[in-house]
Amino acid sequence: MKKRLLTVLSFLMLLTVLITGCGLNRDADGNIVSKKVTLINVSYDPTRELYEAYNSYFTKKWKKQTGQSVEVIQSHGGSGKQALEVANGLKADVVTLALAADTNSVARSGLIASDWQSRLPDNSCPYYSTIVLLVRKGNPKHIKDWDDLVRSDISVVTPNPKTSGGARWNYLAAYAYALMKYDNDESEAEDFMRMLYRNVSVLDSGARASTTSFTENGQGDVLVCWENEAYLTLKNDGSDYELIYPSVSIKAETPVSLVDSVVKSHGTKKVAEAYLKDLYDEKAQEICAKNYYRPSDKKVLEKYSDQFPTDFTMVTIDDFGGWDKVTKKYFADGGIFDKIYE
Amino acid sequence: MERQNKNESTVLKWVLIIIAAVFLFIMVIMPLGMVVAGSFAKGLKYYIASITDKYTLKALLLTLRATIASVICTSVFGLIAAWAVTRYSFPGKKIIKSIIDIPVTISPVICGMIFLLLFGRQGLIYPILNKIGIDVIFAVPGIIIVTVFVTLPMVFREIVPVLEARGTEEEEAAAMMGASGWTIFTRITFPSIKWPFIYGMILSASRAMGEFGAVSVISGHLRGLTNTLPLHVEMLFNEFNTTEAFAVSSVLVILSIALLILRLVLQYISKKKIQKIQEVTD
Amino acid sequence: MESISSKKIIPGLRLTFGITVAILGLLVILPLSYIVIYTLKLSPGEFFEVIFTKRVLTSFWISISTALIATLINTVMGIIIAFVIVRYEFPGKKLMDGLIEIPFALPTAVAGISLTALYRENGVLGRFFHHFGIPVAYSRFGIVIALTFVSIPYVVRSVQPVLQNIDPSIEEAASSMGASRFRTFSKVIFPEIAPAVFSGAALAFGRCLGEYGSVVFIAGNMPFKTEILPLIIMSKLQEFSYSEASAIAFVMLIISFLILMISNIVASHNIRIKGGVS
Repeated sequence: MKKRLLTVLSFLMLLTVLITGCGLNRDADGNIVSKKVTLINVSYDPTRELYEAYNSYFTKKWKKQTGQSVEVIQSHGGSGKQALEVANGLKADVVTLALAADTNSVARSGLIASDWQSRLPDNSCPYYSTIVLLVRKGNPKHIKDWDDLVRSDISVVTPNPKTSGGARWNYLAAYAYALMKYDNDESEAEDFMRMLYRNVSVLDSGARASTTSFTENGQGDVLVCWENEAYLTLKNDGSDYELIYPSVSIKAETPVSLVDSVVKSHGTKKVAEAYLKDLYDEKAQEICAKNYYRPSDKKVLEKYSDQFPTDFTMVTIDDFGGWDKVTKKYFADGGIFDKIYE
Repeated sequence: MERQNKNESTVLKWVLIIIAAVFLFIMVIMPLGMVVAGSFAKGLKYYIASITDKYTLKALLLTLRATIASVICTSVFGLIAAWAVTRYSFPGKKIIKSIIDIPVTISPVICGMIFLLLFGRQGLIYPILNKIGIDVIFAVPGIIIVTVFVTLPMVFREIVPVLEARGTEEEEAAAMMGASGWTIFTRITFPSIKWPFIYGMILSASRAMGEFGAVSVISGHLRGLTNTLPLHVEMLFNEFNTTEAFAVSSVLVILSIALLILRLVLQYISKKKIQKIQEVTD
Repeated sequence: MESISSKKIIPGLRLTFGITVAILGLLVILPLSYIVIYTLKLSPGEFFEVIFTKRVLTSFWISISTALIATLINTVMGIIIAFVIVRYEFPGKKLMDGLIEIPFALPTAVAGISLTALYRENGVLGRFFHHFGIPVAYSRFGIVIALTFVSIPYVVRSVQPVLQNIDPSIEEAASSMGASRFRTFSKVIFPEIAPAVFSGAALAFGRCLGEYGSVVFIAGNMPFKTEILPLIIMSKLQEFSYSEASAIAFVMLIISFLILMISNIVASHNIRIKGGVS
């Protein structure tokens, strides 16, 4: 009688194994068949439409050049979390994250060569963005620049720099303004930042959640956000909001890189390199511009100058001494950002 | 005196029903209404296009696979463990019961983290798995393991209180008369726990379908490969496709309604059977 | 002594016990041990430094207090709902029964987004509270709402099967003998369902303590005000501080384990008392 119980059990176990097992076969498909190759592009959240358009451009071009068909599998998520996953074994051939700090984390785990950022032109940034202010239609609170954000009657929405890469750009853009205003006096600039974050009414965990808090849930008077996300919001309901360019902002560099050890084991180095290099093609640059990312190609940027004004000061991360220094000083545990809330 | 009592109880009945109904209306139906309203914000055509999208269907398939695996595991485990815990007494029983409960109460974030540490590149197992060429983390097996983990105690939880309330007299009597464990289980134990067992399966199915936090840490979000429905919803939302996100989550609501209907059908069939038995015995 | 020897009569102990322990070991204890391993990488001093910062302690308080309130709401409502579904006939009963699992099936992020839309200042329900000057979304009240939503099924579904197995004639007998409704409930029904109530409530509490997906949308996530523990773990994890994340996770785990233990002890204590009476 015990046997019967065992048969039923083993049957059920077998069924489970079969169900789980199917996955194994399909995932092992990563082997390179000469006619077809698969690339995994691990990216951050709002790049889906950009890469959907670019992937179809690239696969056509590659097929024409080599006769090989490429399938690009996309992964989108919060930039920091995506980096964590790649560092822990998510087999990405290329990473296209929101900030170099996240790519550095992957590099630190030994998967990417440490000189990755010098391997492609423009700091490996085929496209970039900047930080802007989004206000309600008619700008009822007359917000023109960063120092309006520390006024006592203003309520600000921005995500948490501890959990969102984009939010770090927001912080640095405002901080760059403060440094300029107070002649590089860091303690006064920090007071400015403290006042600004006192005005923050919602500190969401991601950029998209912040946008929702500001638009659908009516929180705050001003949203600090990426230029491309501001344009996406305007595209959806343009009549309700206005885009304001502050006098100082930051060049939000979104670099791309190969994941060296993965392309080596997948045998995809050649195609992955071409995939990243072709992002600099004029046609690809146009795709970037159409998806509200600033193209690195000056000519294309010029062509879209209505969409991408350049009449404000744009600092870079290098002005702060690079991401390693910035992360440690401002965003690590016990850093300046933590002190703001103490 | 008796009539007054009866009136009092009808009043009480309706007061309780209204309290329950109002609570569920505010807490469940209204959020559900938001989801439905959100899904149809751009019209029926857009809705149908969203839920029949290639990636949505692939995500649905993966979710169903993880759900079926979870239901099987929690059922088998739940029956065996509940039998062991309620039919015998042994030292450390309470500790075992508490350990069994952990997966349900553990934070999804922690759950994702431990499997990341266990199967990720940091872990001891990764080099071995890598050598054999088996992907666990950021692949379908990892998603299924985590889903099984979070739903493991569901059936157990449902059965144990009923078995405890019933006591072991009947089983003991049967065992004294020489019945085997299997016979005791199928003839005596199982019939009394059939409904909690089914509740547990439905609970675990719902939980498996909706599981987000834990899976999100170890899935890798590969579109068409390791994206479950809830992850697909999050991705759409983060890409400024709110309407599509709501539409895809309505698929999960439809699935749980399908489960409800399944349960009602089962209830109906069993009622019919009981009636038949009664007719025969009459 | 007698009960132990009589229980040994039923066959199958070794087989079922062995399988239970094996599955638990592989699927639950092995992964959980990683939290301990990573926590042990910190020296005691570092461990205390992670846990006893004002920010983490405040988050503990926020998470625990909101989880307790949500659990309390769901315990009371859960008993009422289970009782209503089991004992009464009324139109819409099956719908009510079917709604219970919805909070499980709905992805937590969707729940968070929908609840925030309902409870924001100008939302359908938020407007009502705003009228009295009570903010719901982006406050601790909002966290309680989200937690209540995600943990609705636990108490209902653990009480329901037990209630179904209680013979209603006992209550009828009690009430016909002149016992008041309240007395009937507290003396006859509650002792029967108490173990199920406790175990359901313990699970609900554990779930609430750990909930992340829905809360981050409605909470506002302000440090010292509405920042929950899982959010802190998540941000530590994204900084690749595995050990610090594990340390907080470890403390959370101990808390939920203790609560489960207490509920299991209380539940079995209850059964023993009941057994003594009969």
